[in-house]
Amino acid sequence: MNIAVVEFLGSNCDHDAEQWSLHLAGIRSRMVWFTETDLSWADLVILPGGFSYGDYLRCGAMAARTPVMEAVKDHAARGGLVLGICNGFQILCEVGLLPGALLRNRTLTFLHQEVVLRCETDRSPFTHGVGRGRLLRVPIAHGDGNYFAEPETLKRLNDEDRVAFRYVSPEGRVEEAWNPNGSQEAIAGILSENRRILGMMPHPERASEALLGPEDGALLLRSVLGVLEGV
Amino acid sequence: MESKTVAEPKVTKELALAHGLSAEEWERILTILGRVPTYPELGIFSVMWSEHCSYKSSRIHLRRFPTKGPRVLQGPGENAGVVDIGEGWAVCFKMESHNHPSYIEPYQGAATGVGGILRDVFTMGARPVANLNALHFGRPDHPKTAHLVRGVVAGIGDYGNCVGIPTVGGQVVFHPCYDGNILVNAFTLGLLKADRIFRGYASGVGNPVFYVGSKTGRDGIHGATMASAEFSEETEEKRPTVQVGDPFTEKLLLEACLELMEEDVVVGIQDMGAAGLTSSSLEMAGRAGSGIRLDLDRVPLRETGMTPYEILLSESQERMLIVARRGSEERVKAVFAKWALDAVAVGEVTDTGRAEIYWRGEKVVDIPVAPVSDEAPVYDRPRKAPSSPRGLPVPRPLPETPPEEALLRLLGSPDLCSRRWITTQYDQTVRTNTVEGPGADGAVIRVKGTKRAVVMSLDVNPRWCHLDPYLGAMHAVAEGARNVACMGALPLAVTDCLNFGNPERPEVMWEFSRAVDGISEACRVLETPVVSGNVSFYNETQGEGIYPTPTIGMVGLLEDVERRLRPGFQREGEVILLLGETVGHLGGSAYLWILHGIEAAPPPPLDLARERALGDLLRDLAGRSLIRSAHDCSDGGLLVAAAECCLGRRRDLGAELELPGGGLPLPALLFGEDASRALVTAEEASVPEVLERAGAWGVPARVAGRVGGASLRVRVDGHTVLDLALSRIRSVWERGLDAVVGAGR
Repeated sequence: MNIAVVEFLGSNCDHDAEQWSLHLAGIRSRMVWFTETDLSWADLVILPGGFSYGDYLRCGAMAARTPVMEAVKDHAARGGLVLGICNGFQILCEVGLLPGALLRNRTLTFLHQEVVLRCETDRSPFTHGVGRGRLLRVPIAHGDGNYFAEPETLKRLNDEDRVAFRYVSPEGRVEEAWNPNGSQEAIAGILSENRRILGMMPHPERASEALLGPEDGALLLRSVLGVLEGV
Repeated sequence: MESKTVAEPKVTKELALAHGLSAEEWERILTILGRVPTYPELGIFSVMWSEHCSYKSSRIHLRRFPTKGPRVLQGPGENAGVVDIGEGWAVCFKMESHNHPSYIEPYQGAATGVGGILRDVFTMGARPVANLNALHFGRPDHPKTAHLVRGVVAGIGDYGNCVGIPTVGGQVVFHPCYDGNILVNAFTLGLLKADRIFRGYASGVGNPVFYVGSKTGRDGIHGATMASAEFSEETEEKRPTVQVGDPFTEKLLLEACLELMEEDVVVGIQDMGAAGLTSSSLEMAGRAGSGIRLDLDRVPLRETGMTPYEILLSESQERMLIVARRGSEERVKAVFAKWALDAVAVGEVTDTGRAEIYWRGEKVVDIPVAPVSDEAPVYDRPRKAPSSPRGLPVPRPLPETPPEEALLRLLGSPDLCSRRWITTQYDQTVRTNTVEGPGADGAVIRVKGTKRAVVMSLDVNPRWCHLDPYLGAMHAVAEGARNVACMGALPLAVTDCLNFGNPERPEVMWEFSRAVDGISEACRVLETPVVSGNVSFYNETQGEGIYPTPTIGMVGLLEDVERRLRPGFQREGEVILLLGETVGHLGGSAYLWILHGIEAAPPPPLDLARERALGDLLRDLAGRSLIRSAHDCSDGGLLVAAAECCLGRRRDLGAELELPGGGLPLPALLFGEDASRALVTAEEASVPEVLERAGAWGVPARVAGRVGGASLRVRVDGHTVLDLALSRIRSVWERGLDAVVGAGR
């Protein structure tokens, strides 16, 4: 299992992503600088959270134009796994590997809080081991996480079962009061057409150790490991 | 010597006075130089001898702080203090004010305050792992308060979030004394190997001096001078003297500096903070007893036509000065190029003892280093106690507000309500070390690879410091120690941020001196030396000064993070115990101030030996796993503390308290703010041992109730005096800041 964690200038959750697999599975990720162009060795590429290029111009816009993203696209075209967390999700939307865009939170403020996610599909390597309908407690930490897509895109995402996570109430219901950032249909994460790319605003890598709080985020990585190791 | 390259004003005594120098200081400059200074030299003297940079009014008092201890690796005098936490690790921390800029331009002022304190910490070789902040605003309904709160909170959040440092605690206070002068005190703690401390030394003749980071512009020129004068009508026009922050560049600078420090390349390093290139180069040469030669033509600029004066005094952010080992020039450049930053050799270390600065081939500055940097003027300014004692006596009879109404008004007040609207704007968990964030008595950050954790708290009660600066300052230290102890940790050391009015007023200087004495006494008894700090004077507007506000940053250590104490009630059925003695002191209380508008004197007495015993007891109980949670009784007293314990992060837990009346009036019993007390919870079976340990430490302790139910119930001498649903408590507590920033979300 080879995990690549991409480092852009301004990434700040890169080491949290590195710690994630190390803590849970003893797997040491390889940190990949944004100028690198070869990811053919990687099974899973993680685009971490942070403020790549300071969010200047537009979140993810500059990172989308770095050399490493060509390698990420090649990796995706080969059917490789890609997980974009927070800023990583924004970058995936910027390069067109995932549809839609992340707009300013409707509060117009940065928001850090624990949210409840409902896993909407088990048909992906990331969610297979989580299970449809399962509720996860995971933190969000973003200023631009308000998911937006055209109506036909939303329809496709729903029809093709590509919504991975929604923000829900503690009881598991989609309610506006529990949608922190105003995302359409309370969408927190989506899958690519081939279901091997996941972009999500919440941070599962920060919720994987009992000392720090809920450990629900561990389910995602364990799911990927399980699938890759043919369990 | 003459500088004939640009149209510069003729240097005269009048110009020196306009720069904020005194007539005596002007004479002193003439004596030091033996001639009239050049215009850039005048600029250098004016900022280096400003109150902000020279500590000229405070220095003789700061000498009274205890600064040594077995764990202190670096005390005051460097960019930040360093304390040993064992297993080869150390923590580096400091607090600094950014009050004046934040009032003028709250977003950028607060943001650059965070940027500056981060640089102070990583310049020592430490990786920042936690930010805290103490914010003091004017009265909640002052027309400016909402704007200032919004701007400051967003500025702090956006900067720290972008750099990727969690903001995990602090305090927020509202009081009319800050209507014209808000306080923004930013604290950063970093982690480093105990044997890898970097300092601001320009040593080794011939070593190159590198300028790294952002390019220099005209922003912030004379920021340090601005921070050394009272506000007036014209201050609002000083907006251009507020710097603009770029947290993205700060992140790159942080990574580049730490990466370079892993190699044997860096001799000395210092942030270009207040007074920019001038103070960093002179201070580094001053510490090393060396000289420095700089060539201003090589300084990366982002504006055209900048004069030597402007280049030297610019406070552009995100810049550092590095003295590197000779021969390592290419390594320095390569590391900074990787992080897309400028790294330019702008000069070298000399043995002349002078700062020699060239521009377009001419020597525009030639001054001896020592007199400017360490022989800056020191003033023992006149001090005078106020002619009449401050505050009113506690009224007799006491104004009696029914307990339910009193509790709800206290918990719903901007001073005591939920800080959620603020703290959700801060990333609290980036770097995955946050064991306890905002809301606990102390923030807990674990040290990866060890079982250890660092615990931090920022505290001060400005009303108490106004009523009695000595006692109030002692309380600030004691409360910090107590907060740290309530997490089960041992307090190690202190950083301070001393915010005061105009030091040229004898009453302010008296307040300052008394506060320093109070801090010194408390730190001595609690064995928490002062290792770093900052003084902010001139927090005055049109003659109106703030209350003395010596903010204390207490840092403690948990050797085993699993043995920490939790904040608030944990489980149904737990027994609640009250540690410490209740005598019902209402002087200085939130009850009298928030409910009745009375600032009554004196604040509660403080027995530091008792405070110490309480801390020892809490750690003892935590170490033996005899108690689960602890929360100190401070603002609002026992009842507010109990209500706070009911409000959990995930679910609320009610409680029933049984208190002996002790002949006290009800408000005194429930809302008195006697010091050195804490509410703890224990399993029923552990109670006898808890009481036994308390007896051994000499701390009064008794069972005060039990956790359970959906309400907070209080009985005094068997009579029910309160039965309040948690849902009501929560809704009032959560809406408290609406009065300040509006209900809109």
